[in-house]
Amino acid sequence: MRRIVASREMLLLVAIALLLGLVSTRFPGFVEPANLVAVFNDTSPLILLAIGQMVVILTKCIDLSVAANLALSGMVAAMTNLAVPDAPIVAILLVATGFGTILGMINGILVWKLDIPPIVVTLGTMTIFRGTIFLLTEGKWVNSHEMTHAFKAFPRTELLGLPVLGWVAVAVVVLFSVIMTRTTLGRAFYAVGGNPNAAAYVGIDVGRTKFWAFTISGGLAGLTGYLWVSRFAVAYVDIAGGFELDVVAACVIGGVSIMGGIGSVPGALLGALFLGVIKNALPVVNISPFWQLAISGGAIIIAVALNAQANRERGRIILKRAEHAA
Amino acid sequence: MKRRTFTSILAGFSLAAGLFGTAAAAQDMRIALVVKALGIGFFEAAAEGAEEAAAELGNVEVIYTGPTDTTAEGQIEVINSLIAQGVDAIAISANDPDALVPALKKAMQRGITVISWDSGVAEAGRQMHLNPSSNALIGNMIIKLAADHLPDGGQVAVLSASATATNQNTWIAEMNKVMGNYPGIEVVATVYGDDLADKSYREAQGLMQSYPDLDAIIAPTSVGIVAAAQAVADAGKIGEINVTGLGLPSEMAGAIQSGASRSFAIWNPIDLGYSATMIAHALATGAATAAPGAEIPMGRMGSITLDDTNAAAMADPFIYDSTNIDQFKSIF
Repeated sequence: MRRIVASREMLLLVAIALLLGLVSTRFPGFVEPANLVAVFNDTSPLILLAIGQMVVILTKCIDLSVAANLALSGMVAAMTNLAVPDAPIVAILLVATGFGTILGMINGILVWKLDIPPIVVTLGTMTIFRGTIFLLTEGKWVNSHEMTHAFKAFPRTELLGLPVLGWVAVAVVVLFSVIMTRTTLGRAFYAVGGNPNAAAYVGIDVGRTKFWAFTISGGLAGLTGYLWVSRFAVAYVDIAGGFELDVVAACVIGGVSIMGGIGSVPGALLGALFLGVIKNALPVVNISPFWQLAISGGAIIIAVALNAQANRERGRIILKRAEHAA
Repeated sequence: MKRRTFTSILAGFSLAAGLFGTAAAAQDMRIALVVKALGIGFFEAAAEGAEEAAAELGNVEVIYTGPTDTTAEGQIEVINSLIAQGVDAIAISANDPDALVPALKKAMQRGITVISWDSGVAEAGRQMHLNPSSNALIGNMIIKLAADHLPDGGQVAVLSASATATNQNTWIAEMNKVMGNYPGIEVVATVYGDDLADKSYREAQGLMQSYPDLDAIIAPTSVGIVAAAQAVADAGKIGEINVTGLGLPSEMAGAIQSGASRSFAIWNPIDLGYSATMIAHALATGAATAAPGAEIPMGRMGSITLDDTNAAAMADPFIYDSTNIDQFKSIF
């Protein structure tokens, strides 16, 4: 299994390299280091959410409320900034992340304690979160001239050539690489999705593990909410509309199995980067907006087909070994 | 036979109501400005314009009213109460084009002048409708905004909403029709931000990369113009690239302050309230009649000519820049 995951990551790396090569034939400036940094920076929100989503999908669940959570947490961060302009950025970060975590916990509790299918729970909370933003703001925007300079400057501040937004993504990737491979909780996510019955037998509380997965996804969405609102310097009801589908797509392209139990942080990272490169390349290669949608969709279908292929091969190998044993 | 009796009775009624109305006008004409909901900055500003018109006309009392939420039911209640009060004219921005028709018909039968403005009512329910602007005027304005700051010509690009958005496509088509009036201005690309902040931002970045000599980005959409202004500011190209188009003053105040946008346009609610009141007054006094081709004066806003559906466009969209943004950013 590890070999397949590794090969998926190699495959994605090659695909991204090919894509970059293809784009550079039409627009050479795209592969300049400064632009690649900009592309990574632009993809950071997607990377953050994809890692949270990966954890959820590993447990055989799905979180469709991430984009709505992002929008609500971002709005709460922006309104905090309006109400308390002197609040330090650390406080804003804590408010946004904390608020997102609570929203994630709501999803988690509903899935854990009431045993409602995750797709239904998060479809519901998705609309509830968006509706809550409308109730909070009556549909009004929080605009750039109302935000403080420090609020907007944080994700833009450059350290060693990469904006803080990008560094946050790097930090989260490193942190979750450790959590997913070196901690009990991290391994529990795999166990719960890979074989829930076996997980229960070895003493893992399946419901509680799912709860933590949703909590992590919510916390990351909350953090991203502040970064998003600050980066685009505007907060309103519809920000990041439909972004949850990009997030799920990034996971699927990154080799995270929708059936649970298979996936890795590097996979989710590369899946997000693959989409990020496409999103950033399409505006400069000058093709019709209708083709842009078709290309994104095509990439997802190819990825799912590859996932299915990988799973099928694994099944055959097990059978052959079983035959040999017999 | 029956029908004739009915119509003659009706005519009698409206004649009586008309006489009554004229009598009332001699004292003080009462014009009701009915808005979608109270407490909305845009409409408060329109009421301000209506008061301005009333002061100019003299002997006119403006009743600024509307429901507390934007529902047709709420507006119907308001209309019924205005009929009971016997106002002379109702100028309404409708929450629903069809649901209000019966109530407004009743008002017209009582001899009350009924016009709609901003958001229209179906033809049967009003005597005329005042649009804030027209597609042709908007199409011309968006390219003019860019061209005014490019006396020597230059490259401009359009950042629209989605590729299938009817209103944006109409405005862009109208813009292309008048390109001949702006020699030296070249539209190099039209891209689509789908009214998403992140996609619009990325498309604006793409434009700056693909066209290093770009001079202006025209975004006839409120999400797109804000995102493009932010992208230009983040790219450090303030002063090089002017972001313009259609936006709201409250949302664009930051971009005007930073200089990413020199100017942009949208309707002026004060002018709209002023014109609606002027028209309602002219129709209620009989100084003008609402019929296709009729010309109706609007005081300082000039005059309008009604089209086949008794509708007309007030004026060019109003230009907002650093000189007036502070006045309007708290309004809408």
